[in-house]
Amino acid sequence: MRERGKDDVMKHRRTSLEPVEPVTEKPESEDSMTRPATSPHKPEARLGREVQARIGQQLRALYNDVVDQGVPEHIADLVRRLSDQDQD
Amino acid sequence: MKLDPAIRDQVLATVPSLRAFAISLCGNIDRADDLVQETLLRALAHIDSFQPGTNMPAWLFTILRNLFRSEYRKRRREVEDADGRYAETLKSHPEQTGRVEFEEFRTALAKLPSDQREALILVGASGFSYDDAAAICGCAVGTIKSRVNRARTRLADLLAIDSVDDFGPDRATRAVLAGGGRN
Repeated sequence: MRERGKDDVMKHRRTSLEPVEPVTEKPESEDSMTRPATSPHKPEARLGREVQARIGQQLRALYNDVVDQGVPEHIADLVRRLSDQDQD
Repeated sequence: MKLDPAIRDQVLATVPSLRAFAISLCGNIDRADDLVQETLLRALAHIDSFQPGTNMPAWLFTILRNLFRSEYRKRRREVEDADGRYAETLKSHPEQTGRVEFEEFRTALAKLPSDQREALILVGASGFSYDDAAAICGCAVGTIKSRVNRARTRLADLLAIDSVDDFGPDRATRAVLAGGGRN
């Protein structure tokens, strides 16, 4: 817990998921085959952005659940112990 | 000569994110913590090869990934279907999730090939540039971009398609509901 303040550095780094090329770029894959052939409405682009934004949020939420745990005490101890040893 | 406290602090500051990445690789928090410890031992024993001013997180992530890969190669003889096993470990650790809204997403993430999941997490969650992610994975930048795009496309499909049973036939509504759920 002592290291908590420093831990926040990583959490607030910007992630570059959203600004990436939109989903319209389709790498060769079987994905297009698994899509329903008929979509009654075609809000695909808008849909893609919403879904991708959601994916980005959930990914970061999942990841930050762990990041928010900070540095476990035994790991902090290990780093301090190793840091105090003579380096060669 | 003892380690420069500034370098030590950079290492400590990276640990939370390093753990999150390790858990995403292992799917198991205990194994992930072992991997993080092993990474730190290795890193601090070779701290001279770290150039101050360069990217400490990228350096540590690279070491961790290499350790994981070599360990994985050893274990592969014993256990096939690493992705299936990954999915299982996730199921057996519900306390890691806590929140119900993550379940669908977590399940979808577990279905991705490991190289796609790794690329997506490095870029989308850890916040590395494509260049850094490529350096960490030891592959071309274009390969990382392709993996991230495939991962996103596949996740979008999994999350939209999974909701077919729960929601009506309208695809737009389905996908929005699958993505949202709580407005």
